[in-house]
Amino acid sequence: MDNASDIGFVGLAAALVLVVIAFAISLRLKLRLERDLVVSVGRGLVQLLIVGAALAIIIDPDTPLVWSWLWVVGIVVFAAATVKRRAPAVPGLFWIGLVANAVTAVIGFAVAFGLGIFPVRGTTLVPVAGMLIGNSMKSAIVVAERLVEALSEQRAEVEARLALGQPWTAASRPILRGALRTALSPQIENTKALGIVFLPGAMTGLILAGVDPLDAVLVQLALMYLILGGVATTAAVTALGAVRRLFTSDHRLVALPRSTRDTG
Amino acid sequence: MSAGESLFAFQSVSVGPPEARRLHDLDAQLPDGGLTVVGGPSGSGKSTLLRLCNRLEVPSEGVVRHRGEDVAQRDPLTLRREVAMVFQRPVTFAGTVLDNLREAEKACDEERGAELLERVGLPASFLDRDAAELSGGEAQRACLARALATNPRVMLMDEPTSALDAKAAAVLEQLAQQLVADGVPVIWVTHSEDQMRRLADCVLLLVDGRVDRVGSAQEVLGDG
Repeated sequence: MDNASDIGFVGLAAALVLVVIAFAISLRLKLRLERDLVVSVGRGLVQLLIVGAALAIIIDPDTPLVWSWLWVVGIVVFAAATVKRRAPAVPGLFWIGLVANAVTAVIGFAVAFGLGIFPVRGTTLVPVAGMLIGNSMKSAIVVAERLVEALSEQRAEVEARLALGQPWTAASRPILRGALRTALSPQIENTKALGIVFLPGAMTGLILAGVDPLDAVLVQLALMYLILGGVATTAAVTALGAVRRLFTSDHRLVALPRSTRDTG
Repeated sequence: MSAGESLFAFQSVSVGPPEARRLHDLDAQLPDGGLTVVGGPSGSGKSTLLRLCNRLEVPSEGVVRHRGEDVAQRDPLTLRREVAMVFQRPVTFAGTVLDNLREAEKACDEERGAELLERVGLPASFLDRDAAELSGGEAQRACLARALATNPRVMLMDEPTSALDAKAAAVLEQLAQQLVADGVPVIWVTHSEDQMRRLADCVLLLVDGRVDRVGSAQEVLGDG
């Protein structure tokens, strides 16, 4: 095999040896994860093969660019739906997630394509959107989940602040800051550990595909910076939108799951 | 007593969805002065009633009036600074005691802080203490000082001694009586009959979210 990017189905099957090891560990230690493992591997395989086939059509130079843009829109909408599913306690989170991801996409694309870092074509639009929104979506999920958890756990502190006549913006500020720190820390740590602890996916893929390592590094760095900005933007917009929906207009904290408010 | 003369008047007040009411069609008036105790067993709606007074809770039906004015028509932030609240468990914020006082009054300097601490029987040296390291009784007194920083006209106290030992509880009871003597009416929630007898000028007893009895401590509790 001369080309590292052309592993073929035989190579893919060989890689499944590691899944067999995971399966064996689950069986031996009675983790009962065998079914999940088989489903996840099968589902991932089918999903990616479909995506691969669709991408082959989309990135074809003869395919109109509008299909790539539509794909990007689909990513943004799907990401918002995923955020909503993970933190159902926040009212209207789908729309908040949609706005947050859309803002991130617009800013990210303005930088990535507007400043000419990447050329505008199917081969760049969809992968850049996938990486940008995929990572941003995770930060939106973390920040929304953490906000709900913290406001529920620390309801007494928030209400003590409200009882002093503080508006909801001030009463929720310490929790908002904590939730944002939790959401942003992993991406900042990832950026710090770049190249030392792990070699990120885009760079690894490019090197495997035969691209000069320095060129691969430059692409990866540009992407990491975009992702870092995207994660911060999405988390901030989601957090600000979500916390607004968790308080009433008369500065009361809404009922939340796992709330331990005394009703004596 | 007419609704206009009372400190708080509850007119046909219900709280919670119809299938899980915490207060049921409640009518009651609390006198404008003295120490009113809201008593009753756990789950009877005492805290809910108290939280209606500073709008941390709103009625599903009915009207709550404060000195004749519908609290729903008041700016909630102004109302909460006039009607202060001390909670069941002392909730201190991160930082020193002075930092905590500044959460209520941004411009609070050491002199004002010392004055507030003096009102709750704590020395000025506590201003620099880490609020997280105070004992339960000290923390609850610091919370009372913080509530007083807004210069309230009414003090709501939601079972403020339930997490304290007997000595600390007695100090807090004295502080509440001092507030009343200073002209700040206190509404005190408790399920302890002994505490009701010690403190109450007026008692409102709730059972299952409804008024059971209301009147002077002797009328409601008898001679015990």
